[in-house]
This record gives sequence, structure tokens and C-alpha cells, in this order.
Amino acid sequence: MPALTTFPVTLRRTAPVEDAGTPLIQCDGVNLHYGSAHALKNVALTLGERHVTAFIGPSGCGKSTLLRCFNRMNDLIDSVRLTGAIRIGGQDIYSPDVDVIELRKRIGMVFQKSNPFPKSIYENVAYGLRLHGMKSRADLDAAVERSLSGAALWDEVKDRLHASALGLSGGQQQRLCIARAIAIRPEILLMDEPASALDPIATAKIEELILELKRDFTIVIVTHNMQQAARISDHTAFFYLGQLIEFGPTTKIFTNPSQKQTEDYVTGRFG
Amino acid sequence: MTSPATISSKLDFRTRGFDFASFAFTGVTGLATLFILLLLGIILANVVWHGWETFSWRFLTGGADQDMFDVRKAGVLPMVIGTALRVLLMTLVVLPVGVITAVYLTEYANSTALTTRIIRGAVNNLAGVPSIVFGLFGLGFFISFIGRGLDAGAAEPLWGKPAILWASLTLAVMTLPLVIVATEESLRAITPGLREASLALGATKLETILKIVLPEALPGILTGGILAVGRAGGEVAPILFTGAAYYMRDLPKAPTDQFMDLGYHVFILSTQSPDIEKTRPILFATVLALLLLTMSLNLVAILVRARVRRKMRAGH
Repeated sequence: MPALTTFPVTLRRTAPVEDAGTPLIQCDGVNLHYGSAHALKNVALTLGERHVTAFIGPSGCGKSTLLRCFNRMNDLIDSVRLTGAIRIGGQDIYSPDVDVIELRKRIGMVFQKSNPFPKSIYENVAYGLRLHGMKSRADLDAAVERSLSGAALWDEVKDRLHASALGLSGGQQQRLCIARAIAIRPEILLMDEPASALDPIATAKIEELILELKRDFTIVIVTHNMQQAARISDHTAFFYLGQLIEFGPTTKIFTNPSQKQTEDYVTGRFG
Repeated sequence: MTSPATISSKLDFRTRGFDFASFAFTGVTGLATLFILLLLGIILANVVWHGWETFSWRFLTGGADQDMFDVRKAGVLPMVIGTALRVLLMTLVVLPVGVITAVYLTEYANSTALTTRIIRGAVNNLAGVPSIVFGLFGLGFFISFIGRGLDAGAAEPLWGKPAILWASLTLAVMTLPLVIVATEESLRAITPGLREASLALGATKLETILKIVLPEALPGILTGGILAVGRAGGEVAPILFTGAAYYMRDLPKAPTDQFMDLGYHVFILSTQSPDIEKTRPILFATVLALLLLTMSLNLVAILVRARVRRKMRAGH
């Protein structure tokens, strides 16, 4: 197989991790149906601790669906049926004794469309903290500052913490959503095309942030942007029509994929 | 291949003549609007014109105990208070009940289920029921059934007779669809992303509804309240049998008291007067008082809503 010359590996700021790492999220024979549509077909994959894993594939391939299985957001849709097992930290998250609220506290999510609450910047970040019982003003202030700094937003908003979050630019709003998600200190951060609605500068900031956050969080990111997956992820999973076609170290997926479909997709021949 | 010169020769931007259809349609829509404005203007002008002379501070603050058919002695204060009270009482009941129903329908009920569709249809049908039917319903259900039931055969009925409480409840039943529909619309207008964001942070459904969804829907809920107040303010039929009195010496002091009402008083003045010509100025002044009362109740609600919107924009 010829080497793919377009792989933008030089854009990386940190070298990707190639080993499989300590397993954190394990999917085993996961099948998911929306009514009669078979959205995920027998997916098996293991994601390592403190890795950035990118899910790529054409629209409708099931990558977002799988992402939303990890914090059970699919529970909100009535017609969803899931079989197989998803274990996080060894526990089956679909077992009946799992508290979904507790699960979602430990697994943060950032959505494709930035969705700050129509509240102040401060209240957006404090929302999750208050939900989980933080009351003292000093604690809240410290946690809000820490989270906003963690999302590389503090310097831009520190003088207007009590202004409406809706007055921020698109990129700032998305970083606020990241700050809101990391405020409650989850272990895992799920990102569903977090930069797809942003301009290149805002996108670069988010990507830089993801490489920064990798130190503390295990990150799973769905993206349509091939370069983005190459730039920020350690491992990449390629999905097509509900099936996991190939999963492996990002460098391998982009330079030496073992499946023809993967190669066609990452080189832009289809998708 | 076509040369640039031939493309230019194909282009012709000159007008094809007067577009009569557009002109006519604009004219028709404008005239229809003008017609409505004109009607409203005529009604208001007529009321003000005929009622202005009698409408004085003394009239507004006077009682009806002297002679309600005498231009110099008649006053409407008890009716103003009675009407305002019944509208307020109604609002206190209809807002929570309507909002809770709307929350159930949009947030909890399965929107495609047959039961949900039946409930929604029932709510819409409720809006089409003539108001006199609500009056009869109030008499039958609230007074005869609940009221008499509460009295449990006591010699002197306390609950089982017309009262401001029953009149307000009857009005609340009547205005329920307005609040439910307005609230449902504002709940549905909230992007699902906000609910997802809250749930993804580990909020329960209840926390999400109380802290994110309802505050966001508040202006829409208040719009429902404004519609309800506007509708109920001038209604007479629902309170005819359920609480309005021809004459009361005292203001209502308990929810079980009857009350005098501006709308009902207009009806009395126009049907029971010994000399219809002489009482006509009182009639118009009373209508003017009713219009002003309904407008000020609406104004209060609109100001509250504007305040809420401003606060939301400021980010709190």
C-alpha cells in the first residue's frame, strides 16, 4: 500500500500515544436500533484512559450514536433498543442498578451546536456545581475560575462573568460549554463535533484545548474533519453504515490503514 | 459559444408595466387592517364620548348603595373591586394548573400516544365551548356538587351558593386552554439542546424543568396569563349563576361571599333600569371603567413580562 502523503502529522503539537493504554471504555457486541433502523452493528472496541479517540465516518454511520451511548443520552429517545455491553471502568453502564445521573456526572459532554444556558457566564459554569451540592460562594468562585481557565476562556471573560453567555462569540460559547462540562470534574469528556460550526481560528483554539485537557481527561471526539482527527487524536475509529470498520492508532489509520474502505475515506475518495 | 455581447443583448431589466395584482393585494390587506382599527376606534370613541361626562373620581370611588340608577349618586367602586378580585383569583388558579398541564403534555407525555392526542384535542375543544355553558357547568359542578358536598346537609349553606370563589374557578376552567396552549408553545420553542446540556451535566428531569425549561418559558407563560386576563375580564356569562350579585351592601370579605361585577352591572343597567334614557350615561361610564380596568390588568402583566425578558437578556 502506498504511503499517504497528505497526512498532516507535522501539525501536531504533541506526539500521539500509540499503545492501547489502560482500558477505560469497553464496548462488546453493541447493537442499537432506532425503531426498525439498525444504527450500530455489533460494535466492539476498547478505549484507553487519558487517550483522545476520534470517531470518524460519513454522516449517519453511527459514530454520534455510539458516543451518546456512553453517557446514555440515547435513553431520552423512546424507540431506542440496545443490546450488548458497554463497560466503563469495568461496570456495565446499562445494568439496572446504574444511576444515570451519577453516570452523567462522571462523563461530561460537549455538543455540536454550542448550547449555553440563557444565564450569565458565571451561572453557566456554576450550574452543574450547584446541582451537585456546592453552595459556598468562595468554592463556587474558585471552581468557576478554574474551569474557565481550563477551557482557555478566563482571560477573555473575567471582567464580565455576570454578563449573559449569549453575548459571547460562537467559539467562546463552545469553550464555555467545555468549561461547564469540566467544572464538575468528570473522568471522560465526550465531544460531538465540537468545532464543526466554528471558524478556523476558534477551531484551532478548541483543538489546542483538547490536547491540553488530555492530561486530565479521557476524550472521545466525533469529527467530520479528517485533519482534525489526525491532529489531535491518539486513536481513531472509522465507522461506516453502523459498523466499526477499523480501529487503531491514528498514525496507522491515516498512513497505513488495513481496510480499503478506511483508505478511501481518509484520502477523500468517498464520504 | 456565446460572446459577452450576445448575453448583454439578452438582458433587459426594463419594467414590464404596472403590477396590478401586487398593488391590489397590498391595498386589500391594508384596507382590512384599517377596517379593524376603524371599528375599534368607533367603539372606543362611542364609549368615551357618552361616558366621559359621568366618569368622574366620585363615580369611580362611589358605592352603589345610594341609587345605582341615578347619574348623580351612582358609583362603581364595589364592581371595580369585585371584577379585579375575581380576575386575580382566577389567575392564581389558572396559571399553575395550566402550566403544570402543559409541562406534562410537552415534557412527560409521549407526544404520539393516542391519550396525549385526545387530551390535546380536549383542551382545544374546551376553548370552543360557549361561555354560558361554563356558567352552567360552574353552577352544576362547583356549587351543586362540590359546594353542597362541603356543606354536607347543613341547614344554612355556606359553600353551596354562588360565591366569588366559584365564579373565579369557573373562569379559570374557561381560560385554561389559553394558558395551556401558550405555555406548550413556549416550551416547544426551547431548543432541545438546552435540555440535553442540563441532563448531560447530571441534572434530573425535574431539575432541568425547574431550573432551565420553565425560566426560559416564563415570557410565554405570562403571555398565556395576559390572554386569560383579557378574556376573563369582560366575561359575564360564566359568573351569572356562579357568583355575581345584583346588589351587595358590603364588599366580598370571604371567598364564599358574592360580589358585584362591572360586566354584570352593564347588563343590569341596560335591562333593569326604570328609565333607560336617564341611565345611559351611567351605562357608558361603567363600560369605560370596565375597559380601563381590563387594560390596566393587562398592562401590569405586560410590564411584568417585559421585566422578565430584560432580566433574561441581562443573563440572570
